[in-house]
Amino acid sequence: MQCQICSKNEATIHLTEIADGARTEIHVCETCAVEQNIAVKSHIPINELLGNLLASQPTDDELAGPAEREVVCPNCGFTLAQFQKEGTLGCPGDYEVFEKMLRPLIEKAHDGKTTHIGKVPSSAPLDTKEQMQLLNLRQRLEAAVHSEDYELAAKLRDEIKQAEK
Amino acid sequence: MKLTDISNDINEWFDGSGPLSDIIMSSRIRLARNLAGYKFLNRCSVAEKTEILNRLKDVITSLDLGDKVFYVSVDEAPMLNKHFLVERHLISRHHAFGNGPRGAVIAKREFFTAMINEEDHLRIQVLKAGCQLSSCAEQINRIDDMIEQKVDYAFSPRYGYLTACPTNLGTGIRISVMLHLPALKMTNQIEKFFNAAKDMSLAVRGLFGEGTEAASDLYQLSNQVTLGVSDSDIISQFEGTIIPEIVEYEIAARTQLLSRQSDVLDDKISRAMALLQNAHLISSQEALFLLSHLRLGINMHQHMGASTPAIDKLRTLCGAGEAAEDPSPLSIAKINKLFLLTLPAHLQLNYGKSLDPTHRDALRAQIIRSALNQDNPQQG
Repeated sequence: MQCQICSKNEATIHLTEIADGARTEIHVCETCAVEQNIAVKSHIPINELLGNLLASQPTDDELAGPAEREVVCPNCGFTLAQFQKEGTLGCPGDYEVFEKMLRPLIEKAHDGKTTHIGKVPSSAPLDTKEQMQLLNLRQRLEAAVHSEDYELAAKLRDEIKQAEK
Repeated sequence: MKLTDISNDINEWFDGSGPLSDIIMSSRIRLARNLAGYKFLNRCSVAEKTEILNRLKDVITSLDLGDKVFYVSVDEAPMLNKHFLVERHLISRHHAFGNGPRGAVIAKREFFTAMINEEDHLRIQVLKAGCQLSSCAEQINRIDDMIEQKVDYAFSPRYGYLTACPTNLGTGIRISVMLHLPALKMTNQIEKFFNAAKDMSLAVRGLFGEGTEAASDLYQLSNQVTLGVSDSDIISQFEGTIIPEIVEYEIAARTQLLSRQSDVLDDKISRAMALLQNAHLISSQEALFLLSHLRLGINMHQHMGASTPAIDKLRTLCGAGEAAEDPSPLSIAKINKLFLLTLPAHLQLNYGKSLDPTHRDALRAQIIRSALNQDNPQQG
């Protein structure tokens, strides 16, 4: 079979596209495929994948009602809308704050799995509450520095040091 | 230490040694980690990023890794150096061309890199030649444990190591092998590999990671699922099922080329040799593809005892030894060296200044010609 683009070389790349029930076939040689950017897309960029996954989540049932979408993480000020745009979360605490919304996405990204198996930190890790507390202290420290309340900032720094063990 | 201390040669991880090295060029394991109590990087201020950077830099440069390490301040590095580190697989594109304070701690022998402030606060990687995933895992776990003694990682019992992107959640492990699959490509069966990868929930990427096209029949294959599977299970799956299956496909394709399409094989090898020995301008893309065919020919002789007119000719150019210091013009180590040293940033860094594409193509052709012409073998 000849290449549909240059009509010279043997077509070695055969693409079948099925969109809206209509089937189209493209037969091209390797050179034309490279020139026309018809490469085998084996990898979907991660942000696109996440965007698609989130977009495919139900938006108005009890899992993800409008109220859920407006939740703001108290530790980092992040919202789900920002996650959808950027593809990364704002802080480790977001996994707690947005758990309901994130769970279906996590399940899809990890072949249906939702619970960690494997390595755990060898020295006892900070528990979730301690990690949240630290995040919160750092958030308040940033605000204190921003508003030039250095007395409060110094106090918060001491608290952070203590919380870090 | 300067980057030019390493840019003139290849290091252990790319010297063509290691198990199954005729098909598996190298093995890499990367772990994604974040410090507890800090926001992820996209919400961190510059001051917080600097704090994280300094803290992790101090911890990692003080570890005993069995090798000297050097630190590169990635945000301040010249563009050429960033490209070089990406070509060298020492840092990711994301790290090289991202923004904000960030840096990399690199072992001089290049088996280890810590990328600080990449997408996560910390990404550590171990790189080895051939198929050596278990050994990579053992080493990276040891290093991870050492770091863990000095910092607290963001961790939840339910989701494991917490990462900026939920796709890395859990073990935070990314296992990746670099495969050389020229025969599958030549026999139009590369789809078989893509489909097998897809069926096993694996990602296929080009030579330089996410978003790059496959160059030179080199592909990177990596896991995508990181949650609900232990690191050792993923490694066993790679070593026990995935790698043997792909190696078998590629060997079957090589056997098919020999028995049924030896003209095609000989044509590709001879053309590659003729062009590489004579061209005066050669792009990096073309050089990679042509060198790949020579690599196939030499490996088919060394691992399958193949003998065809073109392979026999290649064989006469290969000396008895395989060491890089072997004065004969051709060996797998030397082809691998040409793969890396003729990439744009390598060329320019070793030349001492930036060059426009035409001058690069001329310099590249000259380096390859002098390496492959027997009457003028490249020394060292």
